[in-house]
Amino acid sequence: MLNLGLDILGLARFQFGMTTVFHFFFVPFSIGLAFVVAVMETMYAIKGDEDYKKMAQFWGKMFLYSFAVGVVTGIIQEFQFGMNWSEYSRFMGDIFGAPLAIEALAAFFMESTFIGMWMFTWDRFNKWVHTLFIWLVMFGSSLSALWILAANSFMQNPLGYIINQQTGHVQMVSFGAVLSNPQLWSEFPHVIFGAFVTASFVIAGCAAWRLLKKDHVTFYRKSLNVALVIGLIFSLGSIASGDIQSRYLINNQPMKFAAMEGLYKDSTNKGEWSMVAGFDNKQHKTTWSVDVPYVLNLLSYHKTTGTIKGMNTINKELHAKYDKKYGNDINYYVPTKTLFWSFRIMSGAGALFALLAIVGLFFNRKKSQLIMNQRWFLYIMGLCLWLPFVVNTAGWFITEFGRYPWVVYGLLTIADAVSPNVSVASLLTSNIVYFLMFAGMGLVMIVLCHRTLKAGPDTENTDGYAAGDTDLDPYSKGAFNHD
Amino acid sequence: MTSYQLIWFILIGVLFSGFFFLEGFDFGVGMLVKSFAKTEAERDVVIRSIGPHWDGNEVWLITAGGAMFASFPMWYATLFSGFYLVLFLILAALIFRGVSFEFRANMQTATWRNFWEWASTIGSFCAAFLFGMLFTAMIAGMPIDKNGDMTAHFFDYVNLFSIVGGVAVTVLSLVHGLNFIRLKTSGELRERALAWNKILYPVLFAGEVLFAILLYFSTDFFAKKPLTTTAIVVALVIFTCLAYWGVLGNHEWLSFIGSGLSLVSVVVLIFNGLFPRVMVANNPAYSLLIKNSSSSPYTLHLMTILAFSILPIVLVYFIWSYWVFYKRLASPKQNA
Repeated sequence: MLNLGLDILGLARFQFGMTTVFHFFFVPFSIGLAFVVAVMETMYAIKGDEDYKKMAQFWGKMFLYSFAVGVVTGIIQEFQFGMNWSEYSRFMGDIFGAPLAIEALAAFFMESTFIGMWMFTWDRFNKWVHTLFIWLVMFGSSLSALWILAANSFMQNPLGYIINQQTGHVQMVSFGAVLSNPQLWSEFPHVIFGAFVTASFVIAGCAAWRLLKKDHVTFYRKSLNVALVIGLIFSLGSIASGDIQSRYLINNQPMKFAAMEGLYKDSTNKGEWSMVAGFDNKQHKTTWSVDVPYVLNLLSYHKTTGTIKGMNTINKELHAKYDKKYGNDINYYVPTKTLFWSFRIMSGAGALFALLAIVGLFFNRKKSQLIMNQRWFLYIMGLCLWLPFVVNTAGWFITEFGRYPWVVYGLLTIADAVSPNVSVASLLTSNIVYFLMFAGMGLVMIVLCHRTLKAGPDTENTDGYAAGDTDLDPYSKGAFNHD
Repeated sequence: MTSYQLIWFILIGVLFSGFFFLEGFDFGVGMLVKSFAKTEAERDVVIRSIGPHWDGNEVWLITAGGAMFASFPMWYATLFSGFYLVLFLILAALIFRGVSFEFRANMQTATWRNFWEWASTIGSFCAAFLFGMLFTAMIAGMPIDKNGDMTAHFFDYVNLFSIVGGVAVTVLSLVHGLNFIRLKTSGELRERALAWNKILYPVLFAGEVLFAILLYFSTDFFAKKPLTTTAIVVALVIFTCLAYWGVLGNHEWLSFIGSGLSLVSVVVLIFNGLFPRVMVANNPAYSLLIKNSSSSPYTLHLMTILAFSILPIVLVYFIWSYWVFYKRLASPKQNA
């Protein structure tokens, strides 16, 4: 075979990155949409306003598309630990397997069962029971996020384990410690709030495009309102939880934190924060930067004084700590540019979302027609519907690239985790096929959402809900005959 | 071997049994989308019959995989990395059929509906076949090294035995799917499913006999456990006979339970033959054993408590969701 300079480690890493990023386009979108749709249906149940029911059904369609893609890409996630990372699986199975199994048992059954109930029973249960179904879906999917993040948190910050002297594998000694990992309780709210923001701004963006066409103005203005209220609350929540999470890194994963802030050298007491900067990764130094004093300390310690260790210092410390066990040829520097810019994209977007929500809510006040005249704002809103996906990806880039060279922080390197018995050819094939399938599914998703949006909320009739636009509708009430 | 290890070996067998019983019929129904259902309207009904359920059924697989990871990490690591290509193809098949139902319903042109119908059909066929092939190859014994890494080549797991195993599971799923259609629909589709099964069952019998013969020559099951292996093979045939009787006498529940239990028998056969191993190596010294492939006692203990407290609740709402959709779906009127 051609020697393309590819190795199993690189291909397995690429595959993990690609499948996770793609899967995570749909996870937060689905969790968030379940929440927003649940809120809309609850408002329908309370107020009896048919508009809210229409909203729940209309945006619920996008939820169903997203959920379908999320489910099928999720199976790859579960299988690939064993397929591509068998050494990791052996090493971590005692701890990683448990949350994964509980996730399936407690969360996946709940969401998959109740999504089926929700899809097909609009006309069969009273509105409160039907609303309960979507809340259970939302609860189930959030629960699944909790369990998988519990597993991820262990990889970021191992707690509650010992190393088995015979096998060299990690062994759980306290499930309580695994679950009460502080990393988890800063990561989980951040992910969930981020999911709510994702769905809110996609809905807001879609609504904005339709408002620009003066289409179903009342319907989309109401949708915009619900989305922006949720979007505002949770973008502020995301910022707050993100702040907690990033400050937690200062002690736990100092290299990640220093790279996020682009600090090669230790910071001075003045707390100069680089707004933008250029880096020379080979020489391990910052080539240029635009600095603002005190901001670094405000971000790190919520006060104006203090210092942060730079990557060069941390590198030395890590070598001192780990060389005995892992040898001195490991590179402890993480991809600085990726982390630095990802962090700026993520936090900048967080602030932008909060701002957009405030302005949008002001323009969209009930009695005011302002929103219809501020076309520039609707354009911005419309473009921003893509932004949450970029932001979510940036967040995971920081979390995962920032853990380099570890797959389990301080315990197992990425290079030691990969399956030794899988060939380059197999991995290359699966990478190419997954890529093509993802591209195809992504395209179909976009086309379907776009088409749904263009068709508008009135193409809906409850009886045929989720039945598709067939001529003959076998899902209507009359189709059930009592045998 | 501790009792927790034994419990989890059995539980994983139970989860895979649940998976084959449930996803077996929705694989079968998925296969029927193109050939059996003749019009768009019929396809709507056929797909709708599993619409609220297929996703929940697939969770049995995800749970089985997760449970295997949690309780037998060495087994999970060896099996999944060893059968890389087979599992990769299974994933591709599951993805295509998984999105096909939702996507098909929202396509506007006949060409694209057709595309997703084929995705469902081929995806379901491939998934069932590949699962059958994987488990058959697994019990035949694979080259596994000292580290537990399986280094099988294509013809180690693609051979007469594994292909027969794959075909047997495919046909079993197909008849199970048809039995489900008989239960879930009324009118034309219900009658057609019966007619199809009248033809398919003799094929299935032939397949089962061939499988049993190859099982004798390709595995050590009959040599190591002659009594139980024979008993389970006989049970498999009896369940299939009962299902066939249900076809001939038009007892729909009997057929459905019979074909479901036939699938379960296959899983029981595999797990019974594996015991006390989890992976069979060509060199018996390297076979993975229950006693040395599991998680720590702490994790197994924890998982046992959690599984036995969560599973009953899950079963309650899982079964309830079937109850909610118990009504039959009418076949579309002709020439509608």
